Amino acid sequence: MSELVRRDPRKEWIARNRLHPQHLEVLAELGGGAVASEWMGPNGVIRRNPHAAGFIGPNGIRRVDRSGVQQAAQSPGRSVESKDARRPVAIDTPAFMVAVVPDMTGGRLSSHDRDLLGLARQLADADVTQPGAVLAIVFGEHKEIAFGEAGIDRLLHLEGARFWGYLPELSVATLQGVDRETAPRYWLLPDSSIGGELGRRLAARLGERPAAQVWQVEAETKSATGWRCTARGAAGRNDITRALPRIVMALAECADPVSETRHAAEPIALSHGLPDMLRRIEDMGEVAVDPASVSLAEAEFILSAGNGVKDWDSYHHAAEVLGATKGASRVAVDDGFMPRDRQVGATGTWVSARVYMAVGISGAIQHLQGIQSCDKVVAINLDEGCDMVKRADLSVIGDASQVLAALVARMEQYRAEQQENRDAA
Amino acid sequence: MPHDASNTSVSHSNASSLNVTVLVSVGRHPLTARTRRADQDARAVEMALMLTGASVSLLHAGQQDSDHEEAIRGYLGMGIDSVGLIEQSPQADVVPALAKALRESTPQLVLTGTRAETGEASGVTPYLLAEALGWPIITGLAAVEKIEQGTAVVLQALPRGKRRRLRIRLPAIATVDSSAPPARQSAFGPAKRGELAHQQAPSEIDEDLATWHIQPARKRPKRLKIVKSSSARDRFKAAAAKAGGGGGQTLNDVTPEQGAEAIFKLLKEEGVLR
Repeated sequence: MSELVRRDPRKEWIARNRLHPQHLEVLAELGGGAVASEWMGPNGVIRRNPHAAGFIGPNGIRRVDRSGVQQAAQSPGRSVESKDARRPVAIDTPAFMVAVVPDMTGGRLSSHDRDLLGLARQLADADVTQPGAVLAIVFGEHKEIAFGEAGIDRLLHLEGARFWGYLPELSVATLQGVDRETAPRYWLLPDSSIGGELGRRLAARLGERPAAQVWQVEAETKSATGWRCTARGAAGRNDITRALPRIVMALAECADPVSETRHAAEPIALSHGLPDMLRRIEDMGEVAVDPASVSLAEAEFILSAGNGVKDWDSYHHAAEVLGATKGASRVAVDDGFMPRDRQVGATGTWVSARVYMAVGISGAIQHLQGIQSCDKVVAINLDEGCDMVKRADLSVIGDASQVLAALVARMEQYRAEQQENRDAA
Repeated sequence: MPHDASNTSVSHSNASSLNVTVLVSVGRHPLTARTRRADQDARAVEMALMLTGASVSLLHAGQQDSDHEEAIRGYLGMGIDSVGLIEQSPQADVVPALAKALRESTPQLVLTGTRAETGEASGVTPYLLAEALGWPIITGLAAVEKIEQGTAVVLQALPRGKRRRLRIRLPAIATVDSSAPPARQSAFGPAKRGELAHQQAPSEIDEDLATWHIQPARKRPKRLKIVKSSSARDRFKAAAAKAGGGGGQTLNDVTPEQGAEAIFKLLKEEGVLR
């Protein structure tokens, strides 16, 4: 549709003239919807729709002007298109490089990665006359499409069969090659389980003393690098303030993510080939673990039972079939149906599951506190108005044992289909 | 049966020659701030003690005083006869001394915690040792499955309770984090009776440390929710919006089968079904 605003002066004039016979129709037409504000009811009574009065102002707010002076002065119903306000930035000849190795958990930039890229932007853009470029090094396959919006100027994507699995030695040798070729001024890595390990390996390899657990970076004229950083030390009890070293492993929320600019994310390649090396660590693949042995705090999928569960055998069976870790509310534990170490909530364990399925739990505030950091909550409950249903992303109102039995049947059907497919292949 | 017997004898003869060194440090209790055995290091000692037929030796490099000695004796109370103590000045960099000691004693496996509980606690020491010795290093050791022909098959702990099987070439360094089995209690009598084998080594002073400013940790500022919008109405709506609540789908008046189908779809989308 054209962005041009077509004004009809005659209609505007009719809209201003309350005595015009077509006044109401025109007003309704200009008001966006075809809702007339007054019409003759079936019994000969004038009906009035109070919601149809007025017009939509420039900020998207409905304006009712009873004086009739200003009615429909603006062409209404034209919502402001949400234009992409990001300013494109291209840095062709960077003065220096800031290298970032994002975690890419799940193939996408995590929020930790975005914070880190924000920090990299701060370091790169400090001197406007000599801007640096942010180089991101990504290993393996990814699903990310918005590298530029995260603040990346150059992207080195290393893919192929060589980068499948856990390859710390190959990764660090590759980073060493990148260091030799582009000589970045800073190396930034997230201090998570993946990035923290890689960063420490890189620091040991390059012989640099890194700063770990950094949570703040500030400009400081007195320090040698022009920056100082604050890092947690002594198991989080101390703050160490020092000049910013070359290799930095930063915590989440170390800086604000980039939101106002869009960068080029120009793909680059290494001019030298990848190193060939002896593999001293061989990845033999992930091992299937028994969900019951996983601690509740780090379980991925929890099936939690409360007071609404009457048939405990079917609940245990469902947990086994679904491959879920078992949890319980306080009532179920107090009544002796579940062990104390399975209790979820303020007095039990604070869980961080990706999917939390609450069966017959009404959702006491202590329980809801315990599941604060869960991504998806599924509730099966008889009471539609309970707090757990309000919290849940998906709630099924019904009897817990029947729904669980149906879910087990569906799951068994799915397993059978999978088995068939495997046999066919 | 004979097959079994030969198997056990092979593993036994290999295991009996397995030298495991555990690097231990002085920990600090998070609440009372008293010195104690470091939690992750104690887990590393526990893991070494659980290896069948391994000869376990402990090594500590650091300053000597009564507090620290008491903490080190906590490890002796786990059922170990002696701890090698390399005396270093308080401001020393312990990596050269430890690397030298490990090069001399040539263990096949070195276990240690992921990071210390005092000092800089950056967790880089094991990596520096691995680099200095030229050994491979792995993180998050959860279990040692078997050791044969100069390689070890181990399980590595990943987030969310997952495990990954790795084969590493020995000698190697492995760090242990809190996903390893918890350490056994330290018994008072053995802790008092145990021997501290003092070793002298020159201290290399860590000069960078003097230039750093160390203070008790400040509380980190909480990030505010940033709303980018040109209209005041949108900003007000975002600021005044109630947290959480709503947005969920409620299935009322459905058969159990329909409900189960909806739940199954969600579970499949989230990828939690195996």
